Amino acid sequence: MADTTIDLGTTAAKHEEAGFLGFTRAQALAFGVLVAFVFISPFFLYPVFLMKILCFALFACAFNLLIGYVGLLSFGHAAFFGMGGYITAHTAKVWGLTPELAILAGGVVGSVLGLGIGWLAIRRSGIYFAMITLAMAQMVYFFCLQAPFTGGEDGIQQVPRGSLFGMVPLDRDFTLYWVVAFVFLAGFLLVHRVVHSPFGQVMKAVRENEPRATSLGYRTDDYKLMAFVLSAALSGVAGGTKALVFGIATLVDVNWTMSGEVVLMTLVGGLGTVFGPVVGAAVIVTMQNYLAEFGAWVTVIQGVIFVACVLAFRRGVVGEIGNLLKVKL
Amino acid sequence: MTMNRRTLLGAAAALPALGGLPFRSARAQAANTIRIGVLNDQSGTYRDLSGPGSTQAVELAVKESGITQRGVTVEVVQADHQNRPDVGSTVVRQWIDRDGIDVVVDVPTSSVALAVNTLVREKNKVFLNSGAATSDLTGAQCSPNTVHWTYDTYMLANSTGGAMVRAGGKSWFFITADYAFGHALERDTGNFVKAQGGEVLGAVRTPFPGTTDFSSYLQQAQRSRAQVIGLANAGGDTINSIKQAAEFRITRGGRVKLAGLLVFITDVNSLGLEVAQGLVLSETFYWDLNDKTRAFTQRLGAMPGNIKPSMVQAGCYGSVLHYLKAAGDMGVAAAKASGVEAVNRMKAMPTSDDAFGDGTIRADGRKIHPCYLFEVKAPSESRGAWDYYKLLGTTAGDQAFRPVADGGCALVRS
Repeated sequence: MADTTIDLGTTAAKHEEAGFLGFTRAQALAFGVLVAFVFISPFFLYPVFLMKILCFALFACAFNLLIGYVGLLSFGHAAFFGMGGYITAHTAKVWGLTPELAILAGGVVGSVLGLGIGWLAIRRSGIYFAMITLAMAQMVYFFCLQAPFTGGEDGIQQVPRGSLFGMVPLDRDFTLYWVVAFVFLAGFLLVHRVVHSPFGQVMKAVRENEPRATSLGYRTDDYKLMAFVLSAALSGVAGGTKALVFGIATLVDVNWTMSGEVVLMTLVGGLGTVFGPVVGAAVIVTMQNYLAEFGAWVTVIQGVIFVACVLAFRRGVVGEIGNLLKVKL
Repeated sequence: MTMNRRTLLGAAAALPALGGLPFRSARAQAANTIRIGVLNDQSGTYRDLSGPGSTQAVELAVKESGITQRGVTVEVVQADHQNRPDVGSTVVRQWIDRDGIDVVVDVPTSSVALAVNTLVREKNKVFLNSGAATSDLTGAQCSPNTVHWTYDTYMLANSTGGAMVRAGGKSWFFITADYAFGHALERDTGNFVKAQGGEVLGAVRTPFPGTTDFSSYLQQAQRSRAQVIGLANAGGDTINSIKQAAEFRITRGGRVKLAGLLVFITDVNSLGLEVAQGLVLSETFYWDLNDKTRAFTQRLGAMPGNIKPSMVQAGCYGSVLHYLKAAGDMGVAAAKASGVEAVNRMKAMPTSDDAFGDGTIRADGRKIHPCYLFEVKAPSESRGAWDYYKLLGTTAGDQAFRPVADGGCALVRS
């Protein structure tokens, strides 16, 4: 967030490209820790819980691509996430597609939906943009509530996990974990690559000063739309993966509260940081899961933690750490 | 560059060492310990209906089963599914895989219940559902590991529709929430009304979700001159329509009755008698129904929030009591080894408890007991706290639930 000048110069781009996969040294270190965690954690923690974190982390990364780097606050990302889930569940259960194709279908439908909603929404900015995305997402919610294939309130249940490429059965949590981990890491690197590409430089330029980017000859609407579609596609993939993990796709994922939740994850983790959304997703999902045992206290504790985060870490957990160490994470 | 390469190499080197670690070992499973997990809503809409009261009912069942005197330990844990299928599903997975839970109890909210239903079947444990309404649990998605104890939508429609016509409410008008669940309630109830010789004068669809003002729909219902206004909706929609009907004094004078198709005693309690009086609804348990239910309520003692047990909580008691009887009968080790066998034993034994009286469990997992049609008392008729209902009619167990052949359950087709 610190760069007030527009990083369109090739020197800055070259400098960032120089590192491993475009990472700065600190980021590469953090990425190493992340990869190590992804590989080691299933031996200690419960794989299904970890898969849930990874799905939400990917969702939050996709969301962060839009708000953190283009400065567009979408309040309708649940539509892409939930619809991706429904499509994956339907194609895997009724059409009998293999899991990788079903997830892909979720991503494709997410991006098509993103193209439609984004095309309308990017014509406005600020609160109007947020309201348009919210309204469109509510329409998707109503569609899911009424359409016969979604099963209404009960959702799509008993979705088979199937076999990867028709060969590797994914019934064991451990096997599925590696697939989910691969999807997450691929999505994470894709987001990172996009952000640190020349395309990403223009995105950031649009965020900082849109008229100036326009004056330099960039069609900012095209860039915004592309970022929106990319974000929607990744959200669809995340939703589809989650549907396979749990074997269900329900209205909870298309509800507007899910759009709010992903904002919360990104805020808690750190807006516009590469690793923030991952940490934020982990924090929120962990709270939902482990506080379940506390019964009625769950919402109270969640509220207190959220208030504490907002008051104490304005930049989000990762943002604050980065600020403390004076590095960009 | 060197630094991050080293980091990656280091991480890679650490992997094989960690790979040698054992899988998280499941907690040592004592052969004579039964673990029961109560999963329900502890913080939302259904907290009073299920919530901590369900756990209290399960603990009473454990105490009264007498199984602990025979050297068997029973542990009861509880969790909040926050009405989210993914949270419920993760909790149950962890319970079964890591904590050695043998029985999952309660689980209101249909989407969560269906998700848990699949999961428990996959893991061959036991699922005693009390809180969920969907009749799919014993129909298209029935499972040999599941017993659906307390109520379902078919039974509610049958009792409220059929018994109401027998009690004199011949002509109906529906206020229906405009989505699959509302349509199904309206259709099923309408069929029972017609089967008993009543007539349906019309229906109005209210947008869902988001309708808060029901006044125009209520007036439309009033204009139809129907004797019964059926509320084919749930939760906040039902509460709002009942409140606004009271404001319009639609039910005063007793000519028009309001029939709630998915209303519980906890809703009546929060509405208050002044507002809810004259409302007709169906339940399978009422704490003040007879001496046995009063004795059960007495033994249960003070409940959190100073409430009386709901039918869902009573169902948790009844189902766990019966499970523990079956487990004691077949041996704890055998009951723990196979959820299907335990449920089969439960189906083979007649049930008997103070909350629901005598009953049976059908092959499709449906618990059979009578169903009661109640009318909410006026404040002047009520003799004290929680004296809410007067009995209008009873539907016998074999009449109340969907015939086993109509459910499309694969367990009975074979």
